[in-house]
Amino acid sequence: MIGPAATKRETAPRHMSGASADVIIIGAGIIGAACARSLARAGRSVIVVERGAAASATSAQGEGNLLVSDKAPGPELSLALYSSTLWDPAVRQLRDELGPQFPSIEFERKGGLVVATTEAGAQPLLDFAATQSQAGVDARSIDAAEAHDYEPELTDNLTAAVFYPQDAQVQPVAATEALLASARLAGARVLTDTAVVGAIRDPQHPDTIIGVQTAAGAMYAPDVVIAAGPWSGEVAAVLGVTLPIRPRRGMVLVTTRMPHKIFHKVYDGDYFGATQSSDASLQTSSVIESTAAGTVLIGSSREQVGFDEQLRVEVLSEIAQKSMRLFPFLENASVMRSYGGFRPYMPDHLPVIGADHRVSGLWHASGHEGAGIGLSLATAEILTAQLLGESTPVDDSPFALDRESLAPFLGSAA
Amino acid sequence: MAARILPASDDPIRPEPAQSLGLSLDGAPLSGITGQTIAGVVLASGRLSWRTSSHLGKPRGLFCGIGVCFDCIVTVNGERDVRACQRRAVDGDVVESQHDALPEVHL
Repeated sequence: MIGPAATKRETAPRHMSGASADVIIIGAGIIGAACARSLARAGRSVIVVERGAAASATSAQGEGNLLVSDKAPGPELSLALYSSTLWDPAVRQLRDELGPQFPSIEFERKGGLVVATTEAGAQPLLDFAATQSQAGVDARSIDAAEAHDYEPELTDNLTAAVFYPQDAQVQPVAATEALLASARLAGARVLTDTAVVGAIRDPQHPDTIIGVQTAAGAMYAPDVVIAAGPWSGEVAAVLGVTLPIRPRRGMVLVTTRMPHKIFHKVYDGDYFGATQSSDASLQTSSVIESTAAGTVLIGSSREQVGFDEQLRVEVLSEIAQKSMRLFPFLENASVMRSYGGFRPYMPDHLPVIGADHRVSGLWHASGHEGAGIGLSLATAEILTAQLLGESTPVDDSPFALDRESLAPFLGSAA
Repeated sequence: MAARILPASDDPIRPEPAQSLGLSLDGAPLSGITGQTIAGVVLASGRLSWRTSSHLGKPRGLFCGIGVCFDCIVTVNGERDVRACQRRAVDGDVVESQHDALPEVHL
């Protein structure tokens, strides 16, 4: 009932009752959706199990950013640059596959403008952009007149500005649903409202996972992928292993509709510092853009408060204050609502993509912090290559779970 | 004494008798009564939408009706982005519908 039964390993339990597939993916956020699509199109039978609804948590609670501007040269930037090349063709494929009735994923390469408003902030921004240029990012240092040509309402207090034409965005819920729809067309099954409650281990080889117990019964597959975003640590614990992913909360303010006055993604130059900080206390840094509807989205904040969802007015207040440094006209804007969610935070700021070295058959695709929407397609390509035993499109070793920087945070397999 | 026992004739909370009023929407005259919102006057005239969305130009009118969604915004006496569902109509109001086209993005 779910396509070809798992046959590639001797441990595949053909005789047992319950659903089976080649791969079980836990989580129907954008990472799970992208992985499901990629694996299903590669011919693997896939079951996605999701405890709630698809795209109902982190994938629905951000701004849909596909950014290269906020990444320093290194493995995450390489992953972002690679993922950036995948979006244009994927958008075309999804449109062709799903037809005009399927909602647009609103992919737009609108470009990002990073500005400094202090003398102290100018040179670090320009130096940072120079290192990015050397790493292959299109980063264009522009003068104040050009910056005002891009963004006429921008503050006059500019000390430096860099334009990043590669920065883009999607509507992340629509993108997740489109990826899932495409996966279904390729044979994947997506089971929502189905929580995973335990691992099924091979009786002869207890270090091998052969399936999961769910609220809807046992499901078997030789490969199980955890793609549960900030909840991946909890899922890993349910499956008997340690994974050091923690939630990092963020909030966004939404103004009422107004004539479009902001045309790109505009960030304060200190945004990169906030993304890379490991400080648990509140940090805010301006990320401002207009939506097609005419509302303005104002972020961003980072704080580690567990899964606490309470409204925190002091966070919103700080975000609002800083936004006026970049766009003084926002002083008169009315705020319509706020929203927020949890980013999957890794202690070394890199995602985990690949096999779990402690449990055979267990894989990870988690921990992208605030960059998971943009990195989803690249993550799926890497994971699929790994699962198929093929060479990966970019070096996957920095994302391995057994990397040195994670060693202090990993317990032994239970 | 519970409120429901109060005879209607003794209820001190009674609205003033309604007065008729007139306003214009995009130049067309509409009539209503005092106490109605602008949205109320427009809906009563039989018109269900008075704004178009920026992205696809779809019709927009009263959605939530309680001031939350900002779908019903209009220009009133030259002031933009007024929620038609929250603004009491005043005799002589000049109401204009709004459309903000999507901007061309400069890359």
